[in-house]
Amino acid sequence: MAHASTGALAPHPERNDAQFGKASIGKLAMWIFLITDAMSFSGFLLAYAVLRSTMDWPHPADHLGINLSGFATFILVCSSVSMVLVIDACKHKNRQSMLNWFLVTIAGGVIFLGIQVYEYQHLVHLGMTFSQFAHGNNLFSSTFYMITGFHGLHVLTGVIYLICEYIAARRGRYDNGNYDRLEILGLFWHFVDLVWILVFTFIYLV
Amino acid sequence: MSGGFNEIHEAPTTFWSKYIVSYDHKVIAKQFLWYAIFFLGVGGMMALMIRWTLAYPGQPFPIIGKLLLPSTGGVIPPDTYAMLFTLHGTIMIFYAITPLLIGAFGNYCIPLMIGARDMAFPLLNMLSFWFAALSGLILLASLFLPLGGAAGGWTSYPTLSTLIGSPGDGQTLWCLAIFVLGISSTMGAVNYITTVITLRAPGMGYFDMPLTVWGLWLTAILNAIFVPVLGAGVMLLLMDRMFGTTFFLAGASATAGSGDPVLFQHVFWIFGHPEVYILILPAWGIVSDLLSFFSRKPAFGAKATAMSMTAVTILSTLVYGHHMFTTQMSPLLTQSFMTLTMTISIPSAIFFANWLGTIWKGSIRFDSPMLFSLGVVFVFGLGGLTGLHLGTVTTDLYLHDTYFVVGHFHYTMAASVLLGGYAGIYFWFPKMFGRMMNEMMAKIHFWGTMIPLNGIFFGMLMVGYGGMHRRIYNPFVYDSLKRLIPINEMITISAILMGLFQIVFVANFLYSLWKGAKAPSNPWNVGTLEWTLPSPPVHHNYDEIPVVKCGPHELGNPNLKNGRDFQYQTEELVKG
Repeated sequence: MAHASTGALAPHPERNDAQFGKASIGKLAMWIFLITDAMSFSGFLLAYAVLRSTMDWPHPADHLGINLSGFATFILVCSSVSMVLVIDACKHKNRQSMLNWFLVTIAGGVIFLGIQVYEYQHLVHLGMTFSQFAHGNNLFSSTFYMITGFHGLHVLTGVIYLICEYIAARRGRYDNGNYDRLEILGLFWHFVDLVWILVFTFIYLV
Repeated sequence: MSGGFNEIHEAPTTFWSKYIVSYDHKVIAKQFLWYAIFFLGVGGMMALMIRWTLAYPGQPFPIIGKLLLPSTGGVIPPDTYAMLFTLHGTIMIFYAITPLLIGAFGNYCIPLMIGARDMAFPLLNMLSFWFAALSGLILLASLFLPLGGAAGGWTSYPTLSTLIGSPGDGQTLWCLAIFVLGISSTMGAVNYITTVITLRAPGMGYFDMPLTVWGLWLTAILNAIFVPVLGAGVMLLLMDRMFGTTFFLAGASATAGSGDPVLFQHVFWIFGHPEVYILILPAWGIVSDLLSFFSRKPAFGAKATAMSMTAVTILSTLVYGHHMFTTQMSPLLTQSFMTLTMTISIPSAIFFANWLGTIWKGSIRFDSPMLFSLGVVFVFGLGGLTGLHLGTVTTDLYLHDTYFVVGHFHYTMAASVLLGGYAGIYFWFPKMFGRMMNEMMAKIHFWGTMIPLNGIFFGMLMVGYGGMHRRIYNPFVYDSLKRLIPINEMITISAILMGLFQIVFVANFLYSLWKGAKAPSNPWNVGTLEWTLPSPPVHHNYDEIPVVKCGPHELGNPNLKNGRDFQYQTEELVKG
């Protein structure tokens, strides 16, 4: 039975980690905030679904650069992995490794934003502005910019949040191995990543 | 556990940090209270102007009319009328009732009643108030624009709320104000939910919380989930108005391409229906507690009341379509929404029966908080029953967009919530300000509110049943509605009377604030945690975090031998 084997697992290193499996007040609040934030994305995606399903809609792949955005998605997913490595490095009190992974994560977010800016410029050049679309239904471009833009603001917020915590980490806030605040940051960053996978699927791929 | 939560912080000393940017939940509650009373006055004055127009169309508004509308000699013109009912609804819902029940009582009661020293996030709490203040400022500023404030109804349906229907910037500022208020509400909600989950005093399980806290907690949950959806909706509307998109524009009103006006109604009511429960749940909670306290009996079926309030909260998320029966929905959908809506009657009937069970054979004390609570029981009963007419598709098709709807939602959202709010103010005023309110004036205020209030809202039900549409500037241009003029005059006279009696409240409030008798620590003889503290409590509330040993409604226990008929939550339950 599962119960019997948990006893055998007791010497596992996670079991000695006082913070493992405990939600601090801040972490709980972040979860609640993420539900809130998920609902605001739901509002936009719902509007998108209704508009798209009831009218003439261009095929996204004909007008959006899937390859470039696919690469951006890859970068963002990688930055989620490096975020986990930040927390892991903190847990092992490996200061230099923590700071390095922090920089990798921040770079991932910045590259994503850079690609998005480049993409927007390119699309505007091809006749796709916030209110007008040269090759079909205007709502195609309006919903595209609205939803990806709203997500882009989240990435920007995440990058600023990461930079603040990076500075705090440099000043030694996490040298004692208490990674609670980093986990809260990580929650937000993974959420931004997860939402992007949904947005990418619905806006670009489907 | 990260430190800093529930610790004693030093009391602020400067005026600025003590009263303006205070982190203290008690001060923030009072800030919200003043904010709410101010906007109640503004919204109430707007209501009087609307009522005047409906009873005496074309006649100048008395006394202050010439001052407010010099160009027309005091007569309220049609466009101003539309602006008035729009802003009356917006102000009363978002700027008066929400800050009163959720802002003031939420902030004041949650930490005190669960035995915490403050909210989980005091800074967030302070920001929540100042975002609300900013939002109120934006809304008030819109009144001074050349084309006036928003005039598309509080629901702001496109195409009324698009640039074609409302060319002025008032509607744009309305969207912005609602968005900023949404940020404030979300901050508050995250804070309240976290506080209730984590900072309950040792020994206090969820069912040992007073029902007031239950109501406020469920409200915060609904706020956290659904306010962001409204945020998304008004953001899209804002884009339509400012950047030329066509999310909600259709047909000839769209310059190119076309969106879907009904989509806004969906997004709005996904939020809007939970919103009515956001407003009423705290009042239900307060009333459930007060009925028990002033009947000197334990709350009948307190657990069932909490569970049925939870059930209503869950069901409220599934019924929004009943606001949209007339938008050519598929009959399959209307039937489903109707069935779900009717299901809400079951949990509502459970806690309503519990209220009656609580006062049954109680030794009732008719103090002012109790009078107002009984008032809620009465008006909420009427409001709930008239809801059935509107939740049923067949009758709703006739009653939709009539004054019957206005009467119904005023009974539930305005009358019940306002009376619940007054009950709360009279009940917690001694704790908040350390002084008693004048009981005689409170009773005059109650009857002066209760009787005209029913004149107003029952009259509305009658004229609505008679076919009078809401939002028409002068309904009496239609011959068939001319016979409704006398009832409309009755409604307006009731409204003026009710307005006048609110002066009694304001006078009592202000007088008691400075000159009221000093309040003892427990003037009502009830046992919830906040009454173990001096009135008003010290900055950090509890010197030592209390340990809870019994439920909140231990009144009238025959085994009590110490001369009291109640026991504090910190005392072991006395058994025979």
